[in-house]
Amino acid sequence: MIGALMTTLRLPALLLLLLLSLLTSAARATAKFEDTMAQRTLACSVCHGAEGRAAADGYYPRIAGKPAGYLYNQLLHFREGRRHYGLMTRLLEPLSDAYLSEIAGHFASLDLPYPPPARVTATPAVLERGRLLALQGDPSHKLPACVACHGTRLTGVQPNTPGLLGLPRDYLNAQLGAWRSGQRRAHAPDCMAQVARTLTPEDLNAVANWLAAQPLPANPHPVTRLPMPPSVACGSAILPAGAMTR
Amino acid sequence: MTQPPDPSGPSESSAFSGQSPESGPSSPASGSQRGGAWRRPRLGTWTSRLQAGRLVGLAGLAGLVIAAAALGVGFWRSEHGSEAAADPRSDAPATAAAAAASNAAVSTTSGLPASAADDGVTRGRYLARAGNCQACHTAPGGAPWAGGRGIETPFGVVYAGNLTPDPTGLGGWQAGDFWRALHHGRSRDGRMLYPAFPYTHYTRVTRADADALWAFMQSLPPVAQANRPHELRWPVSTQWALGVWRALYFRPGVQQADARQDASWNRGAYLVQGLGHCSACHSTRNALGASEVLDLSGGMIPMQAWYAPSLAAPNEASLADWPLAEIAQLLATGNSPRASTLGPMAEVVLHSTQHLTPADLTAMAVFLKSVPPTAPTEARNTSMERIPVKAGAALRGEKLYGDHCAACHGAQGEGVAGAYPRLAGNRAVTLPVTANLVQVVIHGGFGPATAGRPRPFGMPPFAMVMSDADVAAVLTYLRQTWGNQAGPVSELEVAQQRSLAR
Repeated sequence: MIGALMTTLRLPALLLLLLLSLLTSAARATAKFEDTMAQRTLACSVCHGAEGRAAADGYYPRIAGKPAGYLYNQLLHFREGRRHYGLMTRLLEPLSDAYLSEIAGHFASLDLPYPPPARVTATPAVLERGRLLALQGDPSHKLPACVACHGTRLTGVQPNTPGLLGLPRDYLNAQLGAWRSGQRRAHAPDCMAQVARTLTPEDLNAVANWLAAQPLPANPHPVTRLPMPPSVACGSAILPAGAMTR
Repeated sequence: MTQPPDPSGPSESSAFSGQSPESGPSSPASGSQRGGAWRRPRLGTWTSRLQAGRLVGLAGLAGLVIAAAALGVGFWRSEHGSEAAADPRSDAPATAAAAAASNAAVSTTSGLPASAADDGVTRGRYLARAGNCQACHTAPGGAPWAGGRGIETPFGVVYAGNLTPDPTGLGGWQAGDFWRALHHGRSRDGRMLYPAFPYTHYTRVTRADADALWAFMQSLPPVAQANRPHELRWPVSTQWALGVWRALYFRPGVQQADARQDASWNRGAYLVQGLGHCSACHSTRNALGASEVLDLSGGMIPMQAWYAPSLAAPNEASLADWPLAEIAQLLATGNSPRASTLGPMAEVVLHSTQHLTPADLTAMAVFLKSVPPTAPTEARNTSMERIPVKAGAALRGEKLYGDHCAACHGAQGEGVAGAYPRLAGNRAVTLPVTANLVQVVIHGGFGPATAGRPRPFGMPPFAMVMSDADVAAVLTYLRQTWGNQAGPVSELEVAQQRSLAR
């Protein structure tokens, strides 16, 4: 009698378990395939985060919502060997200009919320130096302010100039370092190379720390134009996206 | 085409080596994925199958020099005897009636729209695509056709030459000089060229096609870019070593039609064995970097850690039971119902085969389908020692598959038609050589964006996500599930392949 009761109890339990496991594996496996750009670019999100929102590790930048021309130029730079990161180059080598442009447009079109900035560890003095550089530059060293080219809100300018907020400090440091060393390049005249070479290592660190600590403004989108023409000439900002490709 | 070293060429730049500030974090298992490491192309002929081949190669080369010297002298005569009886630098197009008759069968570019006043340029451009010349003769981001791309070989780096009609390129050359390079593997000044320029295959190209290629190259905008000297180790760096190598492995000779086969088969054989130089990858190289032009039985691609599967073995990539249309579709688009291309073959489809006419693709398909089948291949020793797979790896593999792979490839490895490859019953998954699987999991990849399939889907790179043990576990799982029956993949194999895939 007891045995029979146990069996009657056990069977539904087993069935339930079986059903559950089937359901979970089915849910995992049939994560509904859709013929979308998001589906086609899943190779990007493993590093750049879901929908290009950036991952937690601080090396891979957010790409969602950056200006399309900027993203397109970077894809071309990686494919053509003007920016150096093996995984990116290998992924992009078999892709056409047209498809890279479409991929850039896809990520540029994503309007996703930004997380709050990471906690700051730099000293107040360092942050203050960074703030001054970003907002006012350093005329004594002919350093333009970041806002002069990247927009008053530092959210970038359409179509080719990226925003500087919402990026991890490690990434900003690495990029400014790459500009300094010539590892990273852009269309001539290469204004960022000039700026980065003028920055001292201390100033570079200060401005990266300050930028990484800023929350996004209420309107995080790139502006369509700058209030006044910048003091330095930038090939990337002026030329049409893709101008450097063959 | 490989040019003699030019002392005025730029020196090796170190800017691309080492760890760049752009490097991401190292992978959990190894630091081999340095972002700053500039990836050179590693195609080519003057290469051997394995890193270990380098040592064997040098020792073997030294040992063979004496033995081969006599042979070399003897062969030099033959090389310059019958074939070269007519002045190879003669500028006159090939008009020898006998040669023309035999050549006509293979060099008729089937399906290419013929323009009334075609001066050869259009056909030459097409043939250059069939030979994928530009892939090597253009540096990444560099001026098209101006050379400078480094071809990594186990013996050093060979830099492709400038093919534009500039004095630094082929400016002073005549059609006869070009023919001599393509057919005899010699530069204008008579120096022997390195077979990273695959003249072991290109020698099969007819004079008429060589002249068309020449006309096309002369039509390119001139680019002033001095050729970069090769960086080869002694004794490979010497002309005498090259002479010995050629005596052993190079026989100049235009492709001859096989009267027992039809025109389509012959055209396909001409493309596959000549300009297509398919066996440069799809065959095994010996310690001296030589391979057999007619052999398509598969091999590791030197310096790349990719395996070009056998086109003869039924368990690898034999096409014997494929419909012709699907073979042509794979070459035209990079994708087909039974297989898709990634890595080096994606590059071939992108730059070369997608541009060929349907008639020529069908001809290649006819020939490839006819490759005599071999017995199924066994697991090959690729210098990777087989280490027993740890207990528990199967469970781990299943979990990893569920977490990272099943969303696209399906719980039963069924894939999604047209987007994600099926893994159950897929020969690429059960290949005896596991190099490609490791490559794909670590580096991910897109298929080629071709006119026929312009928006390919992509596989994410898991280099930063999976350790060597993870990769081994998940690969073992999918090689032994859903009816797949292939050997396990050990962590050591993954580590070795990851370190080779620089």
